[in-house]
Amino acid sequence: MAKNRTIKVDYLARVEGEGRLYLRIKDGRVAESRFNIFEPPRFFEAFLKGRHYTEAPDITARICGICPVAYQMSAVHAMEDALGVKVKGPLRDLRRLIYCGEWMESHALHVFLLHAPDFLGYQDGFKMAKDHPDVVKMGLRLKKTGNELLAKIGGREVHPINVRVGGFYRTPTKAELAPLAEDLKWARDAALKTVRWTAQLPFPDFERDYEFVSVSHSEEYPMNKGRLKSNRGLDIAAAAYEEHFIEEQSPHSHALHSRLKDRGPYFVGPLARYNLNFERLTPLARDAAREAGIAPPCLNPFKSIIARSVEILYAVEEALRLIENYERPEAPYITAEPRDGVGHGATEAPRGTLYHRYRLNGQGLIEEAKIVPPTSQNQKAIEADLVQYVSQNLEEPTDRLTWQCEQVIRNYDPCISCATHCLRLEIER
Amino acid sequence: MARARPKLAVWKFTSCDGCQLCILDLEDELLALADRLEIAYFMEATRAKVKGPYDLSIVEGSMSVPEHLEQIKQVRLVSKFLLPIGTCATSGGIQALRNFADVEDYLATVYERPELLEALAESTPVAQHVKVDLELQGCPPNKYQLLEVVNAFLHGRRPHVESASVCLECKRRGNICVLVAHGVPCLGPVTHAGCGALCPTYHRGCYGCFGPKETPNTASLTRWFSERLGKSEADLVRAYRRFYANAEAFRQQSETLEQ
Repeated sequence: MAKNRTIKVDYLARVEGEGRLYLRIKDGRVAESRFNIFEPPRFFEAFLKGRHYTEAPDITARICGICPVAYQMSAVHAMEDALGVKVKGPLRDLRRLIYCGEWMESHALHVFLLHAPDFLGYQDGFKMAKDHPDVVKMGLRLKKTGNELLAKIGGREVHPINVRVGGFYRTPTKAELAPLAEDLKWARDAALKTVRWTAQLPFPDFERDYEFVSVSHSEEYPMNKGRLKSNRGLDIAAAAYEEHFIEEQSPHSHALHSRLKDRGPYFVGPLARYNLNFERLTPLARDAAREAGIAPPCLNPFKSIIARSVEILYAVEEALRLIENYERPEAPYITAEPRDGVGHGATEAPRGTLYHRYRLNGQGLIEEAKIVPPTSQNQKAIEADLVQYVSQNLEEPTDRLTWQCEQVIRNYDPCISCATHCLRLEIER
Repeated sequence: MARARPKLAVWKFTSCDGCQLCILDLEDELLALADRLEIAYFMEATRAKVKGPYDLSIVEGSMSVPEHLEQIKQVRLVSKFLLPIGTCATSGGIQALRNFADVEDYLATVYERPELLEALAESTPVAQHVKVDLELQGCPPNKYQLLEVVNAFLHGRRPHVESASVCLECKRRGNICVLVAHGVPCLGPVTHAGCGALCPTYHRGCYGCFGPKETPNTASLTRWFSERLGKSEADLVRAYRRFYANAEAFRQQSETLEQ
C-alpha cells in the first residue's frame, strides 16, 4: 500500500445535509483528518432576534426536517425557563410521548436506510431491500409507527404545528390516542427483532476511550428533564452549559467545534445516553441490550446502531406506558406573561444533546439566541475516530477504506443541516 | 424486457432536509417508487450515483451562496422535468428573512469571523434563476401531494393539486372558523391549500407555511387583523415574514406595512 495517499469524499451520502471528508496519509501515518461541512449558513440566531417568544418553536423547527420536535422541545423549555413557567403532569407526559415518536422515526430511518447498508455492503436501503425485503419493510413500518404517533399529537411528521410554549394548542383525547397502542404493540416486537438483527451485523474491532455526555435524570431515561452528566464527573444544570462547553474554530477547518473546557472532545447521542443511563431503560430493553452483547460501557462507536435500536425499543415501550396512563389535561397549555429574562433548555434530540439559550425583553421579544446542535458537538470525536480508524487499517485498499471512513462518520448519524447555522463554510481556493 | 425506468434525481440547496424526508416518509409507497423510478441521484438516501440526464429532478432548498447560481443552471441542463418543492425552493425559505436585513449584520451576529463566509445578499427561489416545470409549495410540502405529482409524471398526466385557500379545507373539515369565532389571527384566507387546514383543526391560526394562494387579498385580511383584532403593525409584519416572507404577495404586504 502506498505510504502517501489521500482519502476524499466530496459529498457524503446517507447523512442529512452536505458534508465532506478529507484524510491525508503521509509516510504511513494520518497527517490530516477533516470532516467538513459545506452546507450554506442560514442565520437562525440572527433572524430570531426581534421575533416573539411564541414563534421560537415554529421557527427553530425549520433548522432540521429530521428532528423538528427536538428543536421545539429545547425551545419551549428554554422559553419556559425564562418566563418562570413549569409544565408538569399530563402536559409534560404528552411532550415525552411526541418525543418518543420522533426518536422512533428518526432512529428507524438511520438504522435501516442510512446505516445498515454500510455493514452489509449495499449502496442504499433500496438495494438492501432486494435481498432483505422483510427487514427493510419492518424498518419502514417501525418508522411509520413513530411518524403516526408524531403526527397524531403534532399534526404532521415534518415541522409539527401543535407544540407551543406552555404546552400544546390542542391536546388529544384519550380515545384519539388509544388506537395507536395496537401498532405500538407490533412495534415492540419489531424493535426487539431489530436489536437482535443489528447485534449480528459484522462490527470492526474498534474502541476509543470517550467522554460521553447526555441529559440524565434519576427517575427516567433522558429526553426532556435532568442535568447534563458525563462518565468523567460532569454534573451541571443546563444553565451552566456555556461555563463548561466552548465552541471554537479549529485551524484546519472552518467549522465550529464544541469541546469540554480543559478536557477536549466528547460524544453525544444514543451510545452516550445508553452508557450513562442504562439503569433507567425498561427491563425488556436492558435484557435485549445485554443479550445483544453491549452491556455498558460500550466503547465501539460502530455499535451505535445497536444502541439506537435499543432506544427504539425503549421509546415504543415508553409510548405504550404514556398512552395507557394518559388523562387529557384540563387546559392544553399554561399561560405565561412576558418578562425580562434569560432561559436555558437542553433536551435529547435523536442525535444527542441540543442546547438553546434565549434572552427576552419585557415585550416578549427575543434579544439574543444561541443554539448548539448535537452534530457540532460530535465533530471533534468524529475526526479523532477517523484518525484512529485509518491508522489501524492502513493496509486496506483506498476504495474500501474510503467507504469505511464514511461509515465511521455515519456511526454518529450526523445532521449537518442542524449543525450548519453555527458552522463555517470551507474556504479553500 | 421492461422499458427503461425514468431516472429520478433529488438535489439539495439551502434547506433543512425536510422536503427530501417527505419522500422517505412515504413508508408504504417508497419501495414501489424505487421500482418504478431509477433512483439515479439522491445523496440523502444512496451512495450510488448514475449519470444524467435525469427524467425527473426534484429540488429542495434556496439559492443562497454564489456557487448555487452556477449549480442550478447545471441541474436545469441535465433535467427534463424540474420540480422545486417546499418553501425554500419555491420562495427562498425562512433564510430569505435576510432579504429584509443587511446580510453583513447577520454574518456578524452568528459568526465570530464573518470575513470567512460568503453568502448572497438574498436567498431566492429556483424559478428566479432557471425555468421550472412545476412547483409544489409547503413547509414541508404534503407528502401525498408530492406522490400525486410523481404519479402524474409517471403517467404523463396533469397532477391534481388544489390551488384554493386553506379556508376551503377548513370548511370541508367542518372546523369552526378560529378567526371569526375566536378572534385568532389566521392567515388561512390568503394561504395556499395543501396541509388539510392543520392549524385551525388544532385550534390555532394558520401561519402561512404553504405560502400565498393565487390572487390572495392580503390587504383586506390585514385590515381585519388591525381593525378588528387590534394587531400592531409590528405583529402584522412578523405574520407575513415567516416561512414565505419572500413570496411576492407576502413580501409586498409586509413592505407596505412598514412604509
